[in-house]
Parts: sequence; structure tokens; C-alpha cells
Amino acid sequence: MERDDIYEYSLDTHHNEEEGKKVRKKIYQVLGILSAVTIFEVGMGMQFSRVESMQEILKYSFIFLTLVKAGYIVMVFMHLGDERKNLRWVILAPYLVLIGYLIFICLTEAVYAGENRAWDAVVEAFKAVTGSGAAHH
Amino acid sequence: MSAHATTKPTDVKTLWGGGTSPFGISYGKMMMWFFLMSDAFTFSGLLTAYGFMRHKYHDVWPVAGDVFTHFPFYNGHIELAYVAFMTFILIASSVTMVLAVEAGHRMDKKGVTIWMFLTIIGGAIFVGSQAWEWYHFIHGTEHGAVRTFIKDGAWVTEVFHGANLKVNEYGHPLFADFFFFITGFHGFHVFSGVVINIIIFIGVINGTYHKRGHYEMVEKTGLYWHFVDLVWVFVFTFFYLL
Repeated sequence: MERDDIYEYSLDTHHNEEEGKKVRKKIYQVLGILSAVTIFEVGMGMQFSRVESMQEILKYSFIFLTLVKAGYIVMVFMHLGDERKNLRWVILAPYLVLIGYLIFICLTEAVYAGENRAWDAVVEAFKAVTGSGAAHH
Repeated sequence: MSAHATTKPTDVKTLWGGGTSPFGISYGKMMMWFFLMSDAFTFSGLLTAYGFMRHKYHDVWPVAGDVFTHFPFYNGHIELAYVAFMTFILIASSVTMVLAVEAGHRMDKKGVTIWMFLTIIGGAIFVGSQAWEWYHFIHGTEHGAVRTFIKDGAWVTEVFHGANLKVNEYGHPLFADFFFFITGFHGFHVFSGVVINIIIFIGVINGTYHKRGHYEMVEKTGLYWHFVDLVWVFVFTFFYLL
């Protein structure tokens, strides 16, 4: 760099062989966790996707496990956990606001969507023709 | 890796006094984060719309386990096995990417080259798998489904196979619409990711980043690549598992 007033931030992340070993160990650990969670999810899906009494538990555990996986990807693979706290919040806070908003809209508007079905006639015709083959729930 | 967060001064006056980045990262990396954030907004919108329509037509909505049962070189049906394989491929390519970034932090050009190459291979396998999955979804099953519609003033009944933007033999047509749009949008992200990775890979081989003294370009494309994996984790849950 010719200009000495520009600080090269990318150099801050450099590390030596010994630190690299630790980083790699962590990466393989996360790989293990992500694989285990995915295998567990698929197994649960195969086993219980048609068991009526399991639907609620299945739904919420899938969403929870997905958030766990997402957390590991963002915090470890994307290194957001290693960044400064202010940057972490600059990125996460707007997103959390949006998610809160979307959940609010879903919960309030779902009632309307469920009651006002312009396509009802089409759906009924589809069901009558295809029998039980298409509708599973 | 977290060294810079602790060794740099962190009091407010020094941080916001000018001359340094208050966030301790370069302009390029920050803009990549902002881009990914806006992209995440788009995908949340798409998945929310999907959830909305699924709720609305829950009684005719297909179970993904019934739709995606094919596996290469195997004639029987295994639910979700192939999509689990795809998920694993994408996670694995995410791991090779983060290993490339780690090698870059040690200025290990050979390491970066190998891991970047494996990442590109993983991405290519994923895009190919998605094309294969689309092929089977579009062609459908042998027995197909029946549909009735009015043609020239009279009701016509015909057997059709598979799905497109107008019909879907497995259930509601909107399932097919969302499937094509969301996995298509994600697949295009993977495709662009592979192209970007190849461009950076050429730069790595040419020694462009080694001469520069740091491999931050690999880190920036790595962010994009991990984001693609992140989106897939959500698509996998909301489309295939739930």
C-alpha cells in the first residue's frame, strides 16, 4: 500500500499455522453438527410426516433446528461471531425487525386468507376428480 | 481470527472520530454484508408468501415426501433421500469454502486453490442435482392425474403428467409455482455463485491476491457462498420437511 493513511483491515484476520489448526478444528466440529442435525431432520420427516399427533412437535422442532443450523452458518462460517459487536447488530437488528413484522402479518392476516377463498370452486372440482389421491392432510 | 476485535481500540471517541472504520472491516466486505441482508429480505418475503398460500390451501397442498421420491440409479422410491444428499453437498461445499478462507488467512496459496476447486465442484453438483429434480417434477409420475376444464363450451376430462406453472398433478398448482420460483431463484444464486467462484479461482491461480498481500476477495465470495447455503437450509425446511 502506497498510502499509509489507509488501514488495511483485511490484514487483521491473518493468523499463523497454530491458530489455523484451532480454526480448522472448529470448522470440522460445525460440519459434524450441521450434518447430524440434517440427518436427524430427514429421519424425523421420514418417520413421522404422516403421523397426525406428531405434526405440531415436528413443525416446531424443524423450525428450531433450522435456526440452530442458520446460527452456526452465520456465526462461524460467515465469521459474524468474530466481528465487532456493533457490526453484528447493524446486520442482525434490521433483520429481526423484519422477521417480527412478517410473523405479525402472518398471524393477523392468515384468518382472512383462510376465510376468503376465491379458488374454492376450483379446489372442490379438483378434489372431486382426483379423489383422495391429491389431498393428504 | 477474532484478534482484531480485541487488539484495536474500542472506545467511542476513537471509533467514530474518523480515519478508521468504526466496524473494523473493509468497505468491500461491509457492502457484501449489506447486499446479503437485502437478499435475505427477498427470500424471507418469498418463503412467507409460500407459507401464506400453503395455509390457505392446506387441504390440497401436496406432501413433499410424496413428490420428491426419486433417486438416481434406483427404481424404487425413497422419500427426501436425494434432497438430503443435495443439502449435504451444499453444506460440504460451504465447509470447503470456509477452509479456503482459512488457508487465505495463512497466505497458503496451494490450500486456497485446492479448497476453492472443491467448492466449485460441489456447487456444480448441486446445480446439476437441482436440474435433475426439476426434470422429475416436470415429467411427473406414470399414472398422472386427471383434470377437468371447459373447452369450446363443453367439459373435457384428460389425464396429465407432472407439473408446470399452470397445472400440478400432485396437488395445488401454486405449489408448483412456488417450487419453480423459489428453488429457481435459489438455483440461480448457486449458479452465479459458481461463476463468481470460478472468476476468483482464476485470480487465485494467477497469484493476484497473493501479490496483494491478502485473500480478502476469497473471503467476500465466501460470504456470498455461505449465504446461498444459508438460504437452502431454510428452503429445505419449509419446502421439503414441513
